[in-house]
Amino acid sequence: MAKLLHYSSLTKKFIMAIAGLFLAVFLMVHLGINLFILPITENHVEIFEIAVHFMTSNPLIKVFEIVLFGGFLIHIIYGLILQIQNWMARPKRYKIEGFSHTSFFSKYMIHTAIIIFIFLVIHFINFYFVKLGFTEAPQGPNEVTNNHDFYNMVVNLFSTTWYAIMYIGLIIILGFHLNHAIQSAFQSLGLYHSKYTPFIKMVGTLYSIIIPLGFIIIPLYFLIN
Amino acid sequence: MDLTLKIWRQENAQARGKFETYKVTGISEDASFLEMLDILNESMVDKVQLPIAFDHDCREGICGMCSLYINGRPHGPDQGITVCQMHMRNFKDGSTIVIEPWRAKPFPVIKDLMIDRSAFDLIIQAGGYVSVHTGGVPDANSIPIKKEHAELAMDAAACIGCGACVATCKNASAMLFVSAKVSQMALLPQGKIEAARRVQKMVAEMDDLGFGNCTNTYACEAECPKDIKISNIARMNWQFLIAKVGAQKMNA
Amino acid sequence: MKLDSKIPDGPLAEKWTNYKASQDLVNPANKRKIDIIVVGTGLAGAGAAASLGELGFNVKIFCIQDSPRRAHSIAAQGGINATKNYPNDGDSIYRLFYDTVKGGDYRAREANVYRLAEVSSNIIDQCVAQGVPFARDYGGLLDNRSFGGAQVSRTFYARGQTGQQLLLGAYGALSKEIHKGSVELFTRREMLDLVVIDGKARGIITRNLINGKLEKYFGHAVVIATGGYGNAFFLSTMAMTSNGSAAWQVYKKGAFFGNPNFTQIHPTCIPVHGDYQSKLTLMSESLRNDGRIWVPKNKEDAEKIQKGELKPGGIKEEDRDYYLERRYPAFGNLVPRDVASRAAKERCDAGYGVGSTGLAVYLDFADAIKRLGKNVIEARYGNLFQMYEKIVDENPYETPMMIYPAIHYTMGGIWVDYELQTTIPGLFAAGEANFSDHGANRLGASALMQGLSDGYFVLPYTLQNYLADQIQVARIPTDHPEFEKTEKEITERQEKLMAVKGSQSVDGIHKKLGRIMWEYVGMGRNQEGLEKAIGMIRELRAEFWKDVRIPGRIDELNIELDKAMRVADFLELGELMAKDALDRKESCGGHFREEYQTPEGEALRDDENFTFVSAWEYQGDDKEPILHKEPLIYENIEVKQRDYK
Repeated sequence: MAKLLHYSSLTKKFIMAIAGLFLAVFLMVHLGINLFILPITENHVEIFEIAVHFMTSNPLIKVFEIVLFGGFLIHIIYGLILQIQNWMARPKRYKIEGFSHTSFFSKYMIHTAIIIFIFLVIHFINFYFVKLGFTEAPQGPNEVTNNHDFYNMVVNLFSTTWYAIMYIGLIIILGFHLNHAIQSAFQSLGLYHSKYTPFIKMVGTLYSIIIPLGFIIIPLYFLIN
Repeated sequence: MDLTLKIWRQENAQARGKFETYKVTGISEDASFLEMLDILNESMVDKVQLPIAFDHDCREGICGMCSLYINGRPHGPDQGITVCQMHMRNFKDGSTIVIEPWRAKPFPVIKDLMIDRSAFDLIIQAGGYVSVHTGGVPDANSIPIKKEHAELAMDAAACIGCGACVATCKNASAMLFVSAKVSQMALLPQGKIEAARRVQKMVAEMDDLGFGNCTNTYACEAECPKDIKISNIARMNWQFLIAKVGAQKMNA
Repeated sequence: MKLDSKIPDGPLAEKWTNYKASQDLVNPANKRKIDIIVVGTGLAGAGAAASLGELGFNVKIFCIQDSPRRAHSIAAQGGINATKNYPNDGDSIYRLFYDTVKGGDYRAREANVYRLAEVSSNIIDQCVAQGVPFARDYGGLLDNRSFGGAQVSRTFYARGQTGQQLLLGAYGALSKEIHKGSVELFTRREMLDLVVIDGKARGIITRNLINGKLEKYFGHAVVIATGGYGNAFFLSTMAMTSNGSAAWQVYKKGAFFGNPNFTQIHPTCIPVHGDYQSKLTLMSESLRNDGRIWVPKNKEDAEKIQKGELKPGGIKEEDRDYYLERRYPAFGNLVPRDVASRAAKERCDAGYGVGSTGLAVYLDFADAIKRLGKNVIEARYGNLFQMYEKIVDENPYETPMMIYPAIHYTMGGIWVDYELQTTIPGLFAAGEANFSDHGANRLGASALMQGLSDGYFVLPYTLQNYLADQIQVARIPTDHPEFEKTEKEITERQEKLMAVKGSQSVDGIHKKLGRIMWEYVGMGRNQEGLEKAIGMIRELRAEFWKDVRIPGRIDELNIELDKAMRVADFLELGELMAKDALDRKESCGGHFREEYQTPEGEALRDDENFTFVSAWEYQGDDKEPILHKEPLIYENIEVKQRDYK
């Protein structure tokens, strides 16, 4: 822990950025699998189950899982350390807080981060801990056959209206976080170029819209049906 | 114009301090903001009260000494300008103006609106220069420098060290200030020689002084009276990264 | 006491080389034993402190602001001259020397000016090595421009912020030495007096501006680099804290004051707009390259404009008086600063001025925009136009700018010899604080050159010549009786000021002084006015000591007391300026005596009787100072009447 604090502010930022970009890419993979919950092909359930099976049993993925958790952990811990230092840097606050023009979402990264963290906990209770046998599988119209039967768990959850709505809300928050995060990561890594940075910013914004949109379509489908 | 001013008064560095309300009347729209404060101070001297202490010197926007946080913005509502050049026509008659000192842990208040910015000097002392001594240098034209690089270096070098970037940053980060100097030097062949050492030393000093971390909100760029760009911060990040990864281990 | 300018023997071009070859030096082991005090962190002060620190001396440097980077050198816009001759247009050391002496109206010392021209090239090399981002061409080499009507392009520049960039270079060098420990920095300190022990300068006493405490510092030598005293006029382009107190206090301790009346009035400043005005803003001289200066030809038009009934656009071309082009067809709008300033005053005094006060003339870019296009003008002066619009709230692309002359620089200052040493052994003066290089008028882009020349390349040599026989002198503890005595004098002065408890604010009295100075010791001076001014200043000084009001205490941060100490000195310095102007019965450079002019109204020098430096020696508060004359001998230059027609 002392070592973590000892790193310079810039090193911490690099680590944040790399972990963050890694998590953002992971979201894309996650979405790729999730989309098969929807009837996009005839055998979509089958494909989803194969994917789930692969993700839960492949030894390489096991290693990847550790890396992923590590990524989360580092991103969260460094995020917190940086935030606490930032609060400490201004012990006496202004009477009138900043009126300066800034990128809107950037001001609320810690807030969106806390919400995302809560979401992550719910997500773990509903799926990952079920797999490990710590928690009960979500109940609903479908019967969950075993603790790897994620398809039916999802269907059960999304069939609950309040859960589906909450899920959509949380994903939108995730979108806000991503909106600032991606271009910010490039800035932190020092990857700036007067020609290409506008393009990176555009891609970041698009990514922060498309990925959450993809996630949102799934509960939306269940809500409409 | 008639105005109500809410001004931070603090007797000394240890005192608690509080806002006091003052009224000024008959202010010309053509007066500068600091001249408006002069008028207020003059009226306080008339009443044998201690005038408000605030930093100012050149009053032409270049020395970087003036430092007022006005209605939530460093250097007030006008863009690309310091307080001393901001004129009262930027305010509406009858309005209330809240004036605070820059707030950051490394910038303690000395008195009223006056703050101690020696932290900036310490950062420069840590390495914000080319380590050449007087005399024995090559002819000025012996090393050609790309015009684009010279221009970018000049853009960065325009920093006046006022600290508005720290004042406006929600994290009280000094990254724009530090990166402007790092960038200027890194862009010039004369500065490149010790670029790796410089960026590490300056960042270490900045961290030690207790400035916050950059979270890329870019308020600094929006408020900088000299239009210093956040691309300098990216350039410093890159310089730091290659210094850490590529350079030899640094002694002292 | 006899003045000895200590000019080395030999031909002009070899004097400096000979001096360096034969001067005394301090060996490295002994440098560590020597303390040097430098007051001021502008180009001269920071440059000297950094260079002396590099050599191994222990340096203490003091500045009035919160950081050395804020010294007023930072505000210089235009550029810095050097004889590099990169453009291949015929420049040389001699030519810069010649231009500077002629520009100074033959009232500067030949040997000093030649040395200045000689080291000017080294300055550019030094600055580039420090990372100063001078303007460059596409080939990557340094760009030059012509400045202030010079016939060659010898001015190096960094956009409109040359002073800032040079100062930041010097500040970087200084910071390097502070980090190394060879220089110790003291900020928010104001030098209040010099300590002289056994006839030698041995230290200073400063006021800590944060807690009001007096602090004593010892040095084997003291360098004053505290800039000019133009704020005697209250309104000037100088910074608010720029003051003449350090110079004035050393004068009272025995240093002679050289040419105190020589003041430069810059022709292109934004006019005064109200009583509450605290400061004048300079618009770069370069604007005169493309702008045309005019006032209405008819008085009725001028009056209508003053009342706001007529706009400049409403005046037909034939009703405009382009008075500089009319009077000086050869140089037109590019005549030197003193000439342009006087011509503007002449028109305004005659009732042809514009603006609500009638104290302004137009600087019109309409022709230039028509000829070159708005884009070109924007590229050249964009930021200046923007600044003008922020301050005046008028768009100079559409309506002519209004300008008026303002106090800008003081050529006068502490008298120094060739070594920059004052008449007090061990006390040196550098940069604008000394009188040395600009004669009666300074050319554009020469102030930065002089500051850096003194700091980087002159003092590090000449100080050693003095210090070589000081190595045996042990550090004098600051409880030495002389330190105690000087400290006590300051305390008494401060207590006396606080005890007045009158009814007028310091600024109020300072403004009154400014009005007297501007009216009678400004651009046009005459015997009657100067005599009147001396009387008025004396009365005002008495009024100040009877009626000034300073709230607060001595032993705390007290901005009113700080200002009062400065104004008290300006009230004495102002009188000496008037006295010097009265004594110099000729017109030269910035000094225009209305009695001494040609039938066409041009300045008329009296070389036979006034080719000398006036060096004033203090005798006591109630006694007249003694005037010493240092004759100026021109062996390498033919003295001519300046002619810009």
